[in-house]
Amino acid sequence: MSAEAVAATAAKTNGWEPKIVAFCCNWCSYGGADSAGMGRFQQPASARIIRVMCSGRIDPLHVFNAFLEGADAVLVTGCHIGDCHYVNGNDKTKIKYKYLENVVHELGIEKERLQLNWISASEGEKFANFIRDVTEQIKKLGPSPLKPEGVA
Amino acid sequence: MESNKNNKIGAAVVLGGGIAGMQASLDLASSGIKVYLVETKPSIGGVMAQLDKTFPTNDCAMCTMAPRLVEISRHKNIDLISLAEVESVKGEAGNFTVTVKKRPRYVNEDKCTGCGSCLAVCPVGKAKAAADGKENKIKPIPDEYNEGLSTRPAVSIPFPQAIPNKAFIDSRYCLYLNSGKCGNCKKACKADAIDFEQKEKIFELNAGAIIATPGYELFDIGSKPEYGQGKFENVVTAIKFERILSASGPYQGKVLRPSDKKVPKNIGFIQCVGSRDHERDYCSAVCCMYATKEALIAKEHLGDQLEIDILYMDIRAYGKGFEEYYQRAQKLGVNYIRSRVPSIEEDPKTKNLIINYLSDNDKKVSKEYDMIVLSTGLLAPKSAKQISGTLGISLNEYNFCNTGSFSPVNSSRDGIFVAGPFTEPKDVPETVTQASGAAAKALSLLSDVRGTLVKEKEYPPEKDITGQDARIGVFICHCGKNIGGVANVPEIVKYASTLPSVVHAEDNLYMCSSDAIDKIKQKIEEHHLNRVVVASCTPRTHEPLFKNTIREAGLNEYLFEMANIREHCTWAHMHEPEAATKKAMGLVQMAVAKSRLLEPLYRQFVPINQDCLVIGGGIAGMVAAMEVANQGFLVHLVEKEEKLGGGARKLHYLLGNDKPQEYLNDLIKSVSSHEKIMVHTGANIESFSGSIGKFKTIINSAGTKQEFEHGATIVATGAIEHKPSEYMYGKNKKVMTQLEFEEKLSTDAQLKPPECVVMIQCVESRNDERPYCSRICCGTAVKNALKIKEKFPDTGVYVLYRDMRTFGFMESYYTKARQKGIVFAIYNNEKKPELIESNNGNLTVKYFDSTLQENIEIDSDYVVLSTPVTPRPENKELASMLKVPLDQNKFFLEAHIKLKPVDFATDGIFLCGIAHYPKSIKDSIAQAGAVAARAGAILSKKFIETEGAISVVNEAKCIGCGTCVTVCPYNAPALEEVTVTVEEVTYKTKKSKINPAACKGCGSCAAACPAGAITASHFSSKEIREVIDAFDRGVRSVSIEKGVVEVTV
Repeated sequence: MSAEAVAATAAKTNGWEPKIVAFCCNWCSYGGADSAGMGRFQQPASARIIRVMCSGRIDPLHVFNAFLEGADAVLVTGCHIGDCHYVNGNDKTKIKYKYLENVVHELGIEKERLQLNWISASEGEKFANFIRDVTEQIKKLGPSPLKPEGVA
Repeated sequence: MESNKNNKIGAAVVLGGGIAGMQASLDLASSGIKVYLVETKPSIGGVMAQLDKTFPTNDCAMCTMAPRLVEISRHKNIDLISLAEVESVKGEAGNFTVTVKKRPRYVNEDKCTGCGSCLAVCPVGKAKAAADGKENKIKPIPDEYNEGLSTRPAVSIPFPQAIPNKAFIDSRYCLYLNSGKCGNCKKACKADAIDFEQKEKIFELNAGAIIATPGYELFDIGSKPEYGQGKFENVVTAIKFERILSASGPYQGKVLRPSDKKVPKNIGFIQCVGSRDHERDYCSAVCCMYATKEALIAKEHLGDQLEIDILYMDIRAYGKGFEEYYQRAQKLGVNYIRSRVPSIEEDPKTKNLIINYLSDNDKKVSKEYDMIVLSTGLLAPKSAKQISGTLGISLNEYNFCNTGSFSPVNSSRDGIFVAGPFTEPKDVPETVTQASGAAAKALSLLSDVRGTLVKEKEYPPEKDITGQDARIGVFICHCGKNIGGVANVPEIVKYASTLPSVVHAEDNLYMCSSDAIDKIKQKIEEHHLNRVVVASCTPRTHEPLFKNTIREAGLNEYLFEMANIREHCTWAHMHEPEAATKKAMGLVQMAVAKSRLLEPLYRQFVPINQDCLVIGGGIAGMVAAMEVANQGFLVHLVEKEEKLGGGARKLHYLLGNDKPQEYLNDLIKSVSSHEKIMVHTGANIESFSGSIGKFKTIINSAGTKQEFEHGATIVATGAIEHKPSEYMYGKNKKVMTQLEFEEKLSTDAQLKPPECVVMIQCVESRNDERPYCSRICCGTAVKNALKIKEKFPDTGVYVLYRDMRTFGFMESYYTKARQKGIVFAIYNNEKKPELIESNNGNLTVKYFDSTLQENIEIDSDYVVLSTPVTPRPENKELASMLKVPLDQNKFFLEAHIKLKPVDFATDGIFLCGIAHYPKSIKDSIAQAGAVAARAGAILSKKFIETEGAISVVNEAKCIGCGTCVTVCPYNAPALEEVTVTVEEVTYKTKKSKINPAACKGCGSCAAACPAGAITASHFSSKEIREVIDAFDRGVRSVSIEKGVVEVTV
């Protein structure tokens, strides 16, 4: 059996796959996810990408929505600082994130469940590794404490 | 062929699809000129496509470039002709006949979808290098994109973002084309695109102007025995190292040395390989900075333990932000070692390398490195001579194209313009600037036939869907085997058809093929679809195609949503068909959920005033005014002094024979007599308002106010020469600045031959207060030093410098100056030269010579100080009036240092000349041309078409706090006074209004609005919530056992 098949079986027996919402900006991190695919960098199928034009579009409320809908982790991603397609949208994301992080933590959600990462359109491997790392971390933590009852 | 009465043709041929050719094509096409972009390689992109990062910001090169590649491929007025060369050019300016030869691609470009299935089956791609002493039947092909560090198949797509994104069969290596055996690719191609029968095509193009941007070649180290002639495995050229650093490169961005793929502990860079030598007496202008960049990125990857030495002659950090970048690299531990004649030896066992060199103080040094990077210089393109012959344009002694000091983009033949490193080695922003400048020249030439050959696309009237329930059609792509080979597409179709509002779902082998496109249109009609979801690849490349498709079927283009089930799913989970199928179903569900909420959005057409304002009547401002006016637009040229001319009035001569005063006087005459230029001298800008297409300005000229509207604005306000406080300046009359000395040399008839003149470089420059390099002072010092020698051959001339920054072709004047006996001596910033005044006012300069390691004293008749160019103090006021930013040194700040060097972030406002940064007249003229092309692209239209997906304010919810105003980088929102009536109370308040012409749709304001009053159309909170909500709603699991699929919902 190939390594991948072993991994797939292990995932099946464990049963539980975390549900990860990844907010990606159109110009960089969404492109990074594209490059991950183009480079065939394999990653767990745990994340779903929600595309926005700029990470500056990500409203803290969207992050709370995701947690309330049962996300086990939420990822906020965008262009590297200085690379923003809209001049400085990611600088604003960075500022908002600082506050958001505190609030989410205050609510008793572990810090691994909300992560910020700057990923350029060419950093496919970085994107794939990021998804893999987060999935591993969340698997150790188990389902989100905010998970609606009855959802596996 | 359509043409006007003087037979001019409204089309241009652009030769070379690097960043210069791309920029020129986009500028021309957006101003109504039909463009034929002729590229010799299978893809456009040039060298920039190979770069990992760009200096001095370490921006990702591909991230900034990819949107432009896509824009070229989608532009209706640009015909991209790849794999083609120009055979001959007949005719004259305004009407050329260009014969083009197109080599076969062996792939039908109309049918190929770029899916890459053929690449995987090509046996040549799997070929391995033969073991010693043996020969393999199929030899591996070095991948050019990775500079031979990896191999590629005979059928390939040069790089993932290549345009055209089509496969290309390399006839040199293809087994079928050479031996008739194989044809694997033809069998694998489900789109039937492989065509081994394709033949070379020769055809003619008619064009009014030609822009040649063939780029450059890098110096080949094969001819350098002192660097191992390319035989030492761990000696790589800088471009190879760039690929090593790149995440898309051969080692996925891991810094490894080629011989054993181990992480190097130390790396040595050798500068000026193949430039500044006896054969090539010019400086390649970019190597100091790219070496600094690569050193910084390598350190970023490997951290502090990586030791980097850069062996150099002078560090030429002369451009905007360069000196600060160099300082930062030093702080981060990159060692810069001034050295001479380095040579390399290889230790055959370890493959380590030993560099031997002479240090600053003439000591022999040897040091061992794990890896060496050679900063190879730029040469004229190999094709230069052939291009020169075909186009009939002249070259200089190094085979670069000849241009003049006052005509930086004109070739020797009328109607043929040039840009980029073909004219002189230069970096990306200067290349982009020149390309726009060349486009401006073509636009002026063809102003009366603008718009005659371009096509406007006609669409059927749009269907009104108001009040209709959502009727969604879902189209799922197999992408050959790329999707269908992993996920179970029929099951996804089955699942999609169960989703609410979905009335039709189907699959197709290639959704982007022309038959599938027709099918989508047909199904829209048949099922009265009012929303369309395509589940295939990334919207970053394919969304425009499908949006266009549904628009052709009468649906508003924004009623479309895409699910990326290839890059984000089947390619990322290749070995997990169940997980991939489940995820693809989830992604389709999310796209369907969003599409249900989509609303039609409309692009608005904002009328444009076709006049232009130019602020500043120096050379940059006047050239910009001329170039805009020559395109047929009215220009208001506002100068605050009583006379036109600006700082250039103080220049009497240049390096070389060109006469700046003659040029300036001619220019002033042409500007003053130009029927389309209104000159306002002695005038100040009193107020400025509005946005792209409709600015309003009030000027005040000696108490008389005048108001006018204009569609574009150009800032060309210049800068000033710094007056120092050091070195007794202002106290001793023999101490003067370079400009003052130039004035004295040129106009003082009584000037007696001095015995000795000492020049001190970098006075009050490159220090804490002014960290930037003023770029022009080294050249000015060489110019004035040569002038002294010309007038008074016996005068001793000394230039005390930190780095001689005579980049590009200025280098030869530096060489000439040394040959004439002018002494250039290095001083260290820690031990600055001192000036001693004796009782009778005589001057002695004392400095520490680092080569001789001793103190030297020179008695000098004149001490000439090279002081920096400093920004005008009034920049601050103008910047706040125009709402444009200044950089940390208080020069104006452009939108993007690499790719938008003359644009401000605010649309419709442009920047040129030394208000941007110190530069030569030649560079100012190139920039002035560039702004004229950028402004022309706006002014040539009657309307600006806005984005459809922009932010809109709900006035009822807006509290007028102004958060959106501070958040927006484009000045799109503004607070406007409105009268509100609530019940019986009427009051005045402020509400935000977003200018659709300025909004770029990033949505930052919507996220920032505390009142929730702003909706980011197409990415509204409601839509985003719906997508989140749809995450895995429904599909519990997918299991595939012995080909039987079971979906649990």
